[in-house]
Amino acid sequence: MADVIAVRRTMQMRRVRSGVSVFLTALCAGSAAAALLLILGYVVHAGIASIGLPFLTQVPHPVGIPGGGVANAIVGTGITVAISVVMATPLGVLTGVYLAIYGRGAAASSIRFLSDVLAGVPSIAIGLFAYVVLVAPFKHFSAISGAFAFAVLMLPVIIRTTEEAIRSVPIAIREGALALGLPIYATTLRVVIPAARAAIITGLLLSIARVTGETAPLLFTAFGSQFWEFNPANPMAQLPLQIFNYAISPYPEWHQQAWGGALILIVVVLFLNILARAALRSRASR
Amino acid sequence: MPISADVFTATARGKRSGEGPSKVQLSVRSLSAHYGKRLAIRNVSLDFKPRTVTALIGPSGCGKTTLLRCLNRIHEVTRGASVSGVVELEGQDIYAPGVDPVAVRRRVGMVFQRPNPFPTMSILDNVVAGLRLVGECRSRGEKLEVAERTLRLAALWDEVKDKLDRSGLSLSGGQQQRLCIARALATEPEVLLMDEPASALDPISTAKIEDLMSTLAERYTIIVVTHNMQQAARVSQETAFMLAGEDGVGELVEFGPTTELFTRPKDRRTEDYITGRFG
Repeated sequence: MADVIAVRRTMQMRRVRSGVSVFLTALCAGSAAAALLLILGYVVHAGIASIGLPFLTQVPHPVGIPGGGVANAIVGTGITVAISVVMATPLGVLTGVYLAIYGRGAAASSIRFLSDVLAGVPSIAIGLFAYVVLVAPFKHFSAISGAFAFAVLMLPVIIRTTEEAIRSVPIAIREGALALGLPIYATTLRVVIPAARAAIITGLLLSIARVTGETAPLLFTAFGSQFWEFNPANPMAQLPLQIFNYAISPYPEWHQQAWGGALILIVVVLFLNILARAALRSRASR
Repeated sequence: MPISADVFTATARGKRSGEGPSKVQLSVRSLSAHYGKRLAIRNVSLDFKPRTVTALIGPSGCGKTTLLRCLNRIHEVTRGASVSGVVELEGQDIYAPGVDPVAVRRRVGMVFQRPNPFPTMSILDNVVAGLRLVGECRSRGEKLEVAERTLRLAALWDEVKDKLDRSGLSLSGGQQQRLCIARALATEPEVLLMDEPASALDPISTAKIEDLMSTLAERYTIIVVTHNMQQAARVSQETAFMLAGEDGVGELVEFGPTTELFTRPKDRRTEDYITGRFG
C-alpha cells in the first residue's frame, strides 16, 4: 500500500515537472514568435502607406518634391544579386560536390575550415575586400564589385548546403549506380547530384535571401544612384542602400519612403524563404 | 511466362561460359577483405558454377555480404576497404592490375538488400540507367525495347507497362526490388549478385523474388546472400556456410550441393547452425 502511494506521488511529481517544462518552452517560443511578428507588423504598418504604383515605378525625387519611388533600386538589387548568383553558384556547388565526394584528407578539411571562417567574416570586411579588388584599381564604383562582394558572402552557404545535400543522398543510391557499371563521373553527375538537386536549390535560395538585405558591402562598391542604371560597370541603385540613405536623412517624407522600401525588402526575402521551403517539399512528395 | 528468342541471344556471352571445360563461372581463391585495419573475411576459396543459384548463409557478421561485395569490386568503394586474393571471372582475375572495376561491374550485376531505385528517374529511365548514362540506348524506341525485355525477365512488365514514365518510387517495395533486378539485367551481366534481396519485403513479394531467381538461373549465374535457411534450401543448388571465428573474422566453413549441406553436413558447426543449435 505504501508502495502504491509512493508511485502515485512520483507520478504526480513527474506530471508537474513535465507541465512546467512544457509551459516554459512554450513561453520562450511564444515570445520569440511575438518579437518577429511585432517587427513584421510594425514594418507593414509603417511602410504600407508608401506602397503604391508610383513608389514601385518611379525613381527617387529630389528633396522637397513629393512622391518618387524605388523602382531603380529594386531593379538594381535584382541585377546585382543575379550577377552574384552567376558568379557564386558554379564555384560553390562544385566545391560542395568535391568536399562531399572526394573530401578526405588535409586539403579538404582546410577548404571546409576556410569556408566556415569565410561564413563568419563581417560583411563590411568583405565589402572592403571587393573595394580593394574591383573598385580601387578602376577608380570607379560599380554594381559588379557589389555583386562580387555578394558572391563571396554566398559562397560558404552554397558550399556547405551542397556538401550536406550530396552527403544526405543515401549510400545505397550511389552504390546502386556504381554496381551498374557506371563510372564515377556518371554516378556523380547523373545520379547523385540530381538526387540532391532540391536541397541544393534550397541552399541557393537561402543564400540569395541572405545577401539580398545586405547593406554594408554595397556602401563602397555598388554605391547607389538616384537614377536608372542598367550597366553593371557603373554605380547602381540598391534597395538596402536606398533605405539606409532615406532613413538617415532629416526629412520625414524620406523616412516614410525608407519604411516602404523596408517592407518590399522583407516581402522579397520572405518570398525567397517560402520558395526554398517549397523546393524541399516538392522533393519529399515525389 | 514465355521468353522471346532475342533474350537468349542477348545473353549468349553468359551461356558460352557454361560450355567450357572448367564449368566454373567465378572462382574465388584465398580471398581476404579488410575494412581499414579490421579483417572481415579470411582466406575464402570457392567456385561458383555457371547458371546455378549459390546461396551464402551464416549468422550476422560472418562476412557473407562482404564476400558478395568483393565479387563485383563494390567492396573497395567503402572508405578504407581493401581486398587480397584472387577472383577469376571466366579465368580472368578481376583484381589484376589494370582491370577496370567499371568493366567488372558491367559483367557482374548486383541487387541490394533494400530496393534502391534512382529517386529522380522514371521507371523507364531506371531500367535503362546503366546503358543510358554512359551514352548507349539513347532513343525512346531502344529504351522501350530494353525495358520490355528486362522487365519481362523480372516479372514486372505487366504491372508497369502502362506507367513507365512514373517515378520509380511510386511502386511498392516488392515492385521496386524487381525494378532493380530489371535494371541490373539491362546491362546484360553474366553473374547476378543478390544481397538478401527479399529481407525487406513481405511474404508474397518474397515468393515472387524467389520464383524469379529460379527462372533467372536458366541464364545467369546467381549468388544470393540470405539470412533465411528455408530460402536457401528452396532456391539454391549450392550453398556456402560462413561463420565468424573466435577473433570475429569470417571464414568459409562448408561449401557443397544444397541438399547435401542441409541433410548431411560435414562440419559440426554447420550442423549446429542449420539445426538451430548455434552458439
